[in-house]
Formats: sequence, structure tokens, C-alpha cells
Amino acid sequence: MVHFRIAPWLLEKMVVGENSWQWLTGDMKNYDAIVIGAGHNGLTNAAFLARAGLSVLVVEKNDYIGGATASRELHEDWQYSNCSYVCSLFRPEIYQALNLGQHGLEVVPLQGSTTFKQDGDYFGSYHQTTVRRREIARHSIRDADASIRFDADLMKWCRLIRGFLLRTPPDPASFKPRDAMEFAYLLKSFYRLTESQIYEFIRFFTMSIAEYLEEYFESDVILAHFSGGSIIGTGLGVYSPGTAYVLLHHAMGDIDGNIGSWGFARGGMGSVARAIAASFESSGGEIRTKAEVAQILVESRRATGVVLNSGEEIEASVVISNLDAKRTFLKVMDPKDVPDDLYERALNFKIRGSSGKVNIALDGMPDFPALPKGSPLTLGHMHFTDTLERLERAYDDWKDDHWSRDPYVDCLVPTQYDPTMAPPGKHMMSVFVQYCPVEVEGGWTREKRDAFGDAVINQIANYSPNFKQLILHREVRTPREIEDEVGLTEGNIFQGELTLDQLMFNRPFPGYAQYRGPVSNMYMCSSSTHPGGGVMGAPGANAAREILRDLGKPNTVPEDFGDD
Amino acid sequence: MTSQSAVLVGGGHNGLVCATYLARAGYKVQILEARETVGGAASTISFAPGYQVSGLAHILHSLSPKVCRDLNLPGAGPGPWLAIDTISLDRQGHHLTLGENSVSGQGLSDKDLKAYPAFKQEFLSYAEALEPLMMNKPPRLKDMDLKDKLTLARLGWKLRFGLGAGSMREFLRVGGINIFDVLNEIFDDERLKGAIATDAIIGHHMGPRTPTTVLTYLLRLRGEIGGAAALPLGGMGQIARMLSESAQKAGVVIRTSARVKRILVDDGRASGVELETGELVNADLVISNADAKNTFLNLVGTQELDAMFARRIHTTRTNGNVAKIHLALNGLPSIEGLSTEQLSQRLIVAPSMRYLEHAFNHAKYGEYSEHPVLEITIPSITDPELAPSGHHVMSICASFAPYHLKNGWQQDDLQTGLQPDLQNRLQEKERFLDKVTALISDYAPGFASRVVASQILTPVDIEAEYNITGGHWHHGEMTIDQSFMMRPVHGTAQYDTPIDGLFLCGAAAHPGGGVTGIPGHNAAQRILAMGAR
Repeated sequence: MVHFRIAPWLLEKMVVGENSWQWLTGDMKNYDAIVIGAGHNGLTNAAFLARAGLSVLVVEKNDYIGGATASRELHEDWQYSNCSYVCSLFRPEIYQALNLGQHGLEVVPLQGSTTFKQDGDYFGSYHQTTVRRREIARHSIRDADASIRFDADLMKWCRLIRGFLLRTPPDPASFKPRDAMEFAYLLKSFYRLTESQIYEFIRFFTMSIAEYLEEYFESDVILAHFSGGSIIGTGLGVYSPGTAYVLLHHAMGDIDGNIGSWGFARGGMGSVARAIAASFESSGGEIRTKAEVAQILVESRRATGVVLNSGEEIEASVVISNLDAKRTFLKVMDPKDVPDDLYERALNFKIRGSSGKVNIALDGMPDFPALPKGSPLTLGHMHFTDTLERLERAYDDWKDDHWSRDPYVDCLVPTQYDPTMAPPGKHMMSVFVQYCPVEVEGGWTREKRDAFGDAVINQIANYSPNFKQLILHREVRTPREIEDEVGLTEGNIFQGELTLDQLMFNRPFPGYAQYRGPVSNMYMCSSSTHPGGGVMGAPGANAAREILRDLGKPNTVPEDFGDD
Repeated sequence: MTSQSAVLVGGGHNGLVCATYLARAGYKVQILEARETVGGAASTISFAPGYQVSGLAHILHSLSPKVCRDLNLPGAGPGPWLAIDTISLDRQGHHLTLGENSVSGQGLSDKDLKAYPAFKQEFLSYAEALEPLMMNKPPRLKDMDLKDKLTLARLGWKLRFGLGAGSMREFLRVGGINIFDVLNEIFDDERLKGAIATDAIIGHHMGPRTPTTVLTYLLRLRGEIGGAAALPLGGMGQIARMLSESAQKAGVVIRTSARVKRILVDDGRASGVELETGELVNADLVISNADAKNTFLNLVGTQELDAMFARRIHTTRTNGNVAKIHLALNGLPSIEGLSTEQLSQRLIVAPSMRYLEHAFNHAKYGEYSEHPVLEITIPSITDPELAPSGHHVMSICASFAPYHLKNGWQQDDLQTGLQPDLQNRLQEKERFLDKVTALISDYAPGFASRVVASQILTPVDIEAEYNITGGHWHHGEMTIDQSFMMRPVHGTAQYDTPIDGLFLCGAAAHPGGGVTGIPGHNAAQRILAMGAR
């Protein structure tokens, strides 16, 4: 008879995740897993957990889901993708595994990009490679040749990096076989490169985008055009070492296997979140909005659930935070549950906001006289900064706690593709702005915010005479607004700077890069974890893999497609 | 004992060190130096009758103890030099004194006072962890030889077990980032942060916010492993003299005023050099103490090189950012709150990291700093020989003064492509000199009136005077992409070059600039290991 006794811890192991808590405890508010925050990573994470048969609840403070991946009607009949605005990095592996196509996500590839020059000319980076090269040659024959080498090199690094996105970074100080094997894997993929390629990769990883590009190109406008992507979302300038990698971070996304291409989500970025949510719910998941978490409950160093602002307590065997590292450890965790060194790290985590956003409702499509009549270039990104010096000076303003007086803007009019976002004939313009500080001298006021908005509007109006007349409504967002509404600390779009000290096994903190929190049964799945920001879904997926592993559940997270 | 002959192009301190090691191993070594004196950047010059000063480098802080032992220089330990502290000047007279392990000064918080020694210890331990990389050729990352594997193994061991898991993780975190964030994490006092950050940016094209400034700080700090910064008596030229004496003792033949025009290459192998006079000097080995661009693009010539290699050399960043200024003074400047003894220390003008960053901003756009960062020494206080009695010499490193000034510095600065009138260009130098003297006057009232003679060397002048491309202290920026196995570029990072029998031994090679003697030492080891190949 002795054989029938089962140790309590074993019993617990057996029932965890089998929806059997209900009959065990009789408590209905009780889940296998709770995910804090319905951003795209939280939803992705939840969807994979639900697919493994866990009962999962996602709690969201706002009355809408998606976090920074949202479209909202802030002006009558206008849908604003008022935070993230392009879908460039989303992992195709996740797209397929979660059937996002079936759940209504449709990504339309973008058509190239343009930089307008102060002298009235422009540079058009067309989608079609051959056309782009001819256009580059219009500015410099030498650069046209260089661009062939540049495209090839960039593709090489993209392919290499993409292999690491859906993997858990190893801990360099650990001796666990798993970490050792992961390192072996990384080394092996590096050793597929030739020796000089390895050095070139290290250089690429550590150089500034300006100096890197200057090794290829000579023309000012081309240097400026290709540098732009490297400063988006960062607190760095085009001459700051490490920015070359950020370019990759924006370029490595792919749509239909077409690496480096950016895309629109039909219906706005909100449809990305909606699709993931639909997939999640189709496997039995629950979402509660207007439910802000006050604290993560911890008993004897184990996470046991969350308590909402309303005071309501929800128990769960596993708690996953999709909040950025600062909010997770400084806000929703009781300091006594956080080890001192970790608390220190969270305080010092670099997450400064550097970007602003201006969303504009337009009465019609503005003219850009510099472009040939009917040019397809208005369909893509439009930039108005034509030299590296102007880009760097924009950064200097930010360093001194002032928005860029001559800002770098990434301007898009998605309604040209997607009429569902505005009334017929009308347009929505999404303007991403670099740089805008979290704090300005003397603090933000309404006036200063408008002044910032005007600086952006004027930048565009310089190249579009009828632009200002067409403006029906504008929403100006400094890092402050982005933090208050979306909950991104300091409005940092990557939930933490993409610098060497915060990448790979250092993200978010050394020793905590494997999605596990400081107490057991607590995890992180936000962009503060590897591989970082962008509407990619990878952090959420990676975290799900680790959680299922700890719970001894079958893995539902797809492997990287590898090099196709 | 080999009977091979080696000829060194350039007799800088690294050339002298390398030559000595080789001569001792039995090589017949000849040094060909273009200038009248050997020592290169380690020199003592007379810039006005009766006034002598260190010509370029003026503070000794990392002469390798091993090199000193091997060449029996009085280096390791007390030598013909005096250890100095750093004093960061403050307009209100609340100066900070930064010693090896302590900091003092009015208004420093207890937190900062406590944090400083801990910070220095932590970062010194990082610097020491890098030691295996320093005194060896940087390991290749593929096709390593045994020595490379050993170096990496020792590095890994020192990181993991020397530092321990916690410090190793911390080192891997901060290793690649900027000093700005690190110092903000640790200290409150702006003066203190500014003073520390100065060591990370001086001589580089970097501001405190520039990522990799932690690495440059560590490279600077590692000098302190061998002892504190010091002022050599008789100027830096004394170091050169010591080195050339030990070289000659070892049998090295030194020829000065012998400018090399080109390095002779016979089907892929260096066979000697041709002097400007047309004289040919044949040798089994040619060792270049010159910077990489000069060596490969001028002396060897691209026709001998693979196109991609030549391109890499061509794209290395080698533009200097520091102007060297020498002032003859008819008396000691008086700085409120500083004794004469304190005036003899290393004085810096770097009140805050924001000040440094603003100074650097100008350099990015081809302008000199509106408010420069200064490193000042008055060697004549401890070494009266250097100036007429009662008079003094002041040696200043002023940042930032970029090589490529938008309007150009002077007539021989035609690389900028612009041709403004000569007058204007000459004025730019004067204007910068005036800025610096005016700035010092802010701290030492009436200073300008004490100046009886002056000299300013912009990077352009340094290039012309010391034959260093771009006039860059370190023969090239010390960014990660130009360090270790990528210094000066990959393909010639282990002192041997694509040309058989041609080697690098100068600051262009790992581990880079500073009067350390290490590149010379490592190059010699490499040559001896490779033998005749």
C-alpha cells in the first residue's frame, strides 16, 4: 500500500497545467499562466502556451489590446497606427505557426523609400534592385557599383543574425551543458564564415553606421539615406559605434522570404495584435482589458499570481511579464522579492526615449513637386535629411535635452494602400521622428509639445507646398505620451537600448537573459529580452519555449526556418 | 644565432625596442630614421631659445615593465621620472585630485569618495584580465596556431576565474559601451565624472557618449598596472635616449636623417629599402615602425598588394584630434588653491562630461572646440633645466583640434580640397592658440601676459614633423573595429604582413599607441618565432 503515497511536490507537478486547479482548490479565478500586458509579444507568448494546453489569461491595462501594436480611431473615421507603423520584422515562423493569415493578418510589402534633397533633387531607393542601382548611379556611378557589394554584404549579416532570433542566448559564465552546446552552435555558425568574413562581421557589429557606409559610398544623400534606419528608436547618432548593427535590426525582417523588405499590415498595426489574439482565443485563451496589474504575488520565492489595481487577486502557476524590464522589477514587483543586484541593474537599464510620433489626418494626398508626376515613391518611406552632418546635429540637440530642430522623420501614408483606414479620398500620415527627448529643459508643456510638432510639420512642408492646408487633425506624441498611454518606459520603442551591453546574453541583464525572473515560476517575454524590439514576436515565442520546457510540456514554438 | 640582417624603417620608441630584442637574438640590425633624433613621438625639443619640452608625448603612463626589465632600463619601479597625480581644475577653486586609489576635493559626496577606489579596483581588474592579449600577438579567430590558442585560453581563464562569474558578466556588459553611462551609474559629481572620462577620450575621435570609450579607458588604465603616470626628467627625449643606448649596446646601428623613400619588394618578398638619396639598403627583413597607411600605401605601394587589403588600409581612420601646444612663461601661473607642488602635477580642464561632449561635437563637423579639453604639465617645476632660471615651460595637449579643419589649418593642408586664402588658414592656428590661452587665463588670472614664446602643432603639423599619417597619436583610432585582431586591419594584425619579410612594429599594430614599447616587443617576439619566413 505504501506505493500509493505520492509526494506533494510530485502531485503538484502532475496537476500543473492540466486545468485541474479548479477541482483541486475550488477557486475559479485560477489559471496555469497569466501574461501581464497584451502587447504583440505578450499575445504571442500566450498563444503558444495556450496551444500547449495551458489555461492562459492575458491582462491588459488599456481598453484596447496590442500595446504599441495598435490602430485607434483618434479622429473620426480615421484609424491611426499611432505607435508602431510598419511590420518589417515579424517572424514568418510565428506567422505560420499561429495561422495569422487565417486569423486575418495581411501584410502588404512597401514600395521603397525616398530622401528629398535641399537642392530640390531627390534620391529614390526603389524596391526593384536594378531600378534602385540606376537611381543611385544618377547620384554617383561609383556608389552604384558599391551598392552591389553593399547589398550582398548586408544580406550575409542578415542571414547570420536571423539564425539567432528564435533561440535562447547562452550564459557565458555558466557551465551547464545546454549553455555550452548553445555556444558551440553559435561558434559553428560563425565558423561557416571565412576568417576575413568573421573579422568583417565583428567590424560591422562595432562600427558606426556612418563610418561603415563611408567605406562603400561617397554621395552625401546616399550616405544619409541608408544611415537613417540605424538611428530609428536609438539614443545614438549616425557616428556612434554600434549603430551599424541597428540598421540590421531594421533590415533583417522579411516578407514572403524577401529579406529587408518592410510591409504594412492591412487595417493598420492593430490587425497584427487582433490576429494574434484571435489565434490565442481559438486555442482557448482569455483576454481581459482594463485590468491593470498592481503587483506580482510572490510566496516563498515563487510567483503565485497577480493582484489588480481593483484589488482583485488572480492566482496562477506561472506569471509572465510583458512589461519592460524597468516596469517589471521596479513597479509591479515588491522590492523585497527582487535581489539587490538585480534591482540595481533595473535602475541602470538604459531605456531612454529618443523618438516622437506625429499622426496626421489629411484632406487629400499632399504634392511633393520634387518627384516626377505619378512617381510611385510616395507609396514608400519619405525622408527629408540629406546629409550625415544634419543627422548627427539632430542627435546633438537630443543629447542636450532638446528635440531636434532639424528632425529626421520617417514619413508614411499607408492609406494609399489601405483605404480601410480613412474615408474615401482622405489620407492618414504616420510620421516617426528622431530625436525627441523624454525630458526637455524645464519639462514638457503643451506649448513645447506643439513647438515640437511644428518643427516636424515644417520639415515636411519644406518639400510639400500644399501639405499644411491639407491637415485636418494631428496627434503629437513625445516619449512622455508614449509612456503614459502604451506603458513603454520613457517611450523607448525597443523597451531598452540596442547597445552591446543590452544585447544577446546581456539582455535585459547579464545572468537573466534566459527569460526567467528572479523568483521561480516568473518569466519575462517583452522586447526587453533577446532579441529585442520591433514587431517581431520572437521574445514572446522564445519565452514560451523556456516556460513549456520548465513545465515539462511539449514545445509548440517553431524552430527557425534557417537559411532558405 | 642567426646571421640575418634587418632594417627598421623609423626609429620611434617601438622601433628601438624591437631592434634591441632582434640584435640581442643575433640579427644585424640597422635603424633608418628620417629625423635628426630617434624616439619619434618620444622626444625633447627646444621650441624657443633656452626652453625645452617634450615634443609630442609628455606623460609616461604605460611603459611596459617587462620591456624595462628585458632591456635593463630603470623602468620597472622608480626611474628618472616623478609620479604625478591628476588635478582637475575648477573655476571656483574647488579642484579635484585624482590619485591611483583615492580622490579628494571640496564638495565630493561620501558616496563618490567611497565609490572611487572600488571603481578603480574593479576596472583595473578588467584591464588586468586583458593582459594576456597585450603582451602577445592578438590571436586569429580561425586557423589559430598554438600560441593563439594559449592566448585565448589564458584570456578565458582570467575572465572566468580571475574575475569570477559576477565581474565577468559585468565586464562583458560594459566592455563595449560608453564611459558616460558607466560613470553616471556610479558617481554623482560632474567634475569627477568629467575628469575620469577625459582619460577615455583624450587622443581619440570620441566623446564620453561614444560607445567603446570604456575600452579606451581600460587601455589607458592598464598602464597603471605598472605604476602611476609620471613626468620623465629631461622630457620624453630621455626615454628615447635610454632606449637608443640599450639598442646601441646590443649592437644596433642607428642612422638618423636617413629618410626611406620606398620599401623594395621582389616577387612578394621585401628585400630592403631605398633612401631618398637613392641609396639602396638590402636586408633579409624589413620592419616598419611607420603607420600602416604610410607603410603600405606610400613605401610599399598598392601594386604589390591585394586590392581588398589595400582598400582596408585605405579606409582605416587615422585623423588626429589633438593639438600640442608649448608655451614659454616668464614665471609660474598662479591658480587659486594650488601650491607650486600641485602645479607640477597633471592638470586637466574637463569640468563635466557635458563639457567634453560639447568639445567633441565640433570635431565631428571639422571645427575645433569652442571650449577645448586641456591636459597641462609644467615640467620645469620639477626639472629647472628645461627653462632659464625663474622661467617655465608649459606643455599642453588640447582637444579637439581635428586634422581636417573645414577651412584647413595651413598651406600644406590641401587634403581638405578647399583653398581659402593662405592668410585665413594661418590665422586658424593662431585663433585656436588664443582660445587655449584665454581658457587657461580663466583659471589663472593674468596668464596670457606671462607667455613669452609659444608653439602650436596641429595634427597637420604633427603629420609633417613626426611622419605620422593624420597626426594621430595612436597611428589610428582605437575603436574595436581597429583593435586587437583587426589592428591596423585584419590580414596584418600579427605583425607580419602580406609581403614576406616585411613586419610592422609601431603603434599602428596591436596594442596601439602610447609610449609602451609593447608593439615593438610583440613584433620582435613574432619575428623571432617566424624565423626567416
